[in-house]
Amino acid sequence: MDWVTIISTTVKAAIGVETVLYALAAIGINVHFGYTGLLNFGQAAFMAVAGYGLAVSVTVLGLPFWVGIAVGLAAAVLLAIILGIPTLRLRADYLAIVTIAAAEIIRLVFRSVAFKDIFGGSDGRRGFSNGFYALNPFPEGEYGFGWFTFNHRVTWVLVVGWILVALSCLIVYLLMNSPWGRVIKAIREDEDAVRSLGKNVFSYKMQSLILGGVIGALGGFIYGLAFASVQPDIFGTETTFFAYTIVILGGAARVLGPVVGSMIFWVLLVLINGLLSGAVEAGYITFMNSTQVGPVRFLLVGVGLILLLIYRPQGIFGDKREIAFDAR
Amino acid sequence: MHADTTTTGRKAAALAAFKDLARDPGVPKPDPILVVDNVVRRFGGLTAVEVEHVEVQRGSITALIGPNGAGKTTFFNQLTGFDTADSGQWTFNGSSMNGVPPHKVARSGMVRTFQLTKALSRLTVLENMRLGAQAQKGESFWRALVPGFWRQQEDEITQRAEELLVRFKLDAKREDFAGSLSGGQRKLLEMARALMVQPELVMLDEPMAGVNPALTQSLLGHVKDLREQGMTVLFVEHDMDMVRDISDWVIVMAQGAVIAEGPPDTIMSDARVIDAYLGAHHDAPLSDSELEEQLHQAEAALEAEIEEETQK
Repeated sequence: MDWVTIISTTVKAAIGVETVLYALAAIGINVHFGYTGLLNFGQAAFMAVAGYGLAVSVTVLGLPFWVGIAVGLAAAVLLAIILGIPTLRLRADYLAIVTIAAAEIIRLVFRSVAFKDIFGGSDGRRGFSNGFYALNPFPEGEYGFGWFTFNHRVTWVLVVGWILVALSCLIVYLLMNSPWGRVIKAIREDEDAVRSLGKNVFSYKMQSLILGGVIGALGGFIYGLAFASVQPDIFGTETTFFAYTIVILGGAARVLGPVVGSMIFWVLLVLINGLLSGAVEAGYITFMNSTQVGPVRFLLVGVGLILLLIYRPQGIFGDKREIAFDAR
Repeated sequence: MHADTTTTGRKAAALAAFKDLARDPGVPKPDPILVVDNVVRRFGGLTAVEVEHVEVQRGSITALIGPNGAGKTTFFNQLTGFDTADSGQWTFNGSSMNGVPPHKVARSGMVRTFQLTKALSRLTVLENMRLGAQAQKGESFWRALVPGFWRQQEDEITQRAEELLVRFKLDAKREDFAGSLSGGQRKLLEMARALMVQPELVMLDEPMAGVNPALTQSLLGHVKDLREQGMTVLFVEHDMDMVRDISDWVIVMAQGAVIAEGPPDTIMSDARVIDAYLGAHHDAPLSDSELEEQLHQAEAALEAEIEEETQK
């Protein structure tokens, strides 16, 4: 087994592109679920409309890069409003049902044959990221130190990505330590109590849905730009559920929970992948072949999530006392 | 001494206002803060609330009593906007309140508590209190991002919250999660939190339900205190001792309608109220054989008593 490669790819995963984009998606979920108590199971849709908003604006409409970003963000805000108006007045479960269905509808529209001219069907869209890489201040070459070495394109994506993660965390931190955040957390506990104290609960839930959706949309941009393409099936329901796993792993309603959760999630995923493929190739494991390694590692993720919920439901940063009061 | 005079003053003023009122349902009050007309709420075929006319006197403690299922809580929900009435109108301080959403009802100065306490468990006691304050600058999204905008107001709110917590003897718990409080302490917290809104009318839905007897007296004192501070209190309660102790006026509901009103010391002897609680024919015999049986029972009881007396 090639231990150096296994360990170096694992270490790289701690700050890699997947970590960044899932951290952003999870920060959004944390705003929805962790702080506000909104069960948004359609985070992938927010990422998708942002990624496709950028891609279609640039490739199909020929608009500049920055306009594409604006279109993507506007699409995420619009999606939040459309999802929120009918559901936010109802119980939390309805939002869960509507968001998961809406996310699938959006994915299927993007991959449909009827709209192939616009969204590119199941192949998706590519060739929209030149505007982004034109801004790259790093000349061609390798950057970093030790195992953390990336080429100039990835370096640029990571720098921008981590700046976005830091900004998102800062905004969440400021908001959640303000009276606004107090109302949001109170809504998670009991909406009627908050209404009886003169706060417009619907408006706050809508603001939260938009904020978390827009942060998730940033993850959609990072995906599109890092891989220079968007495909519909990247934005399936499992993307949303990975984000939920990350939030619970890091600890819900903690500012840095999703970031650390995302790092651990991807380090473990890459490490298990490396170890299993290495072991299969070296003949230590004979009951599966190398193509089965991919599904098996997600199977292990599921087992890990179950164990986590049993033994440490508050996550890494969580406070166990808070879980004890959650008698609903 | 000063506190004593105002105490008796407010109570006396409230009692004086009620002195010569008729005992009829819907009797007009000299200075009503809340006037309700023809409020109807139906759930399918069941008419839960059908109140023709009722008024609540400003500066008084008014109790709303009635047997289980009389529609008291539903009536509360209509008035505070938590449920929409099928028809009817009501005014608070002269302004019409029907169809107004609950948060606007609260902002206008009519604040309620709940039968099942709604302490916000994973917020600290102090955060629960701060939430009650109105017109907070830091509650708008963009201003929340810059602490400079709301820091000073937050300090003022915190000070007011701490004064209230001291009054309600919850100051030692200020940094604890509200979920860790006992049932009675949660009731206290909910009442204190409602006061952070600075309401004119406080509506308490069963403030004594599930409170241990040691805390009851303190809660009673706080309710009386609200009147002393110039607020009007309307509360739903089952415990008649408490109703007699603190209320100035009692409104009785049964089967969705207001059936009687009156002062607390005489209301329970009102025939309409007894009928509502015990049924109209509760003391009338149903048939001749039952009449005979009742006679036998009475005689037996008398004999037993005489026997007891002679044995002494």
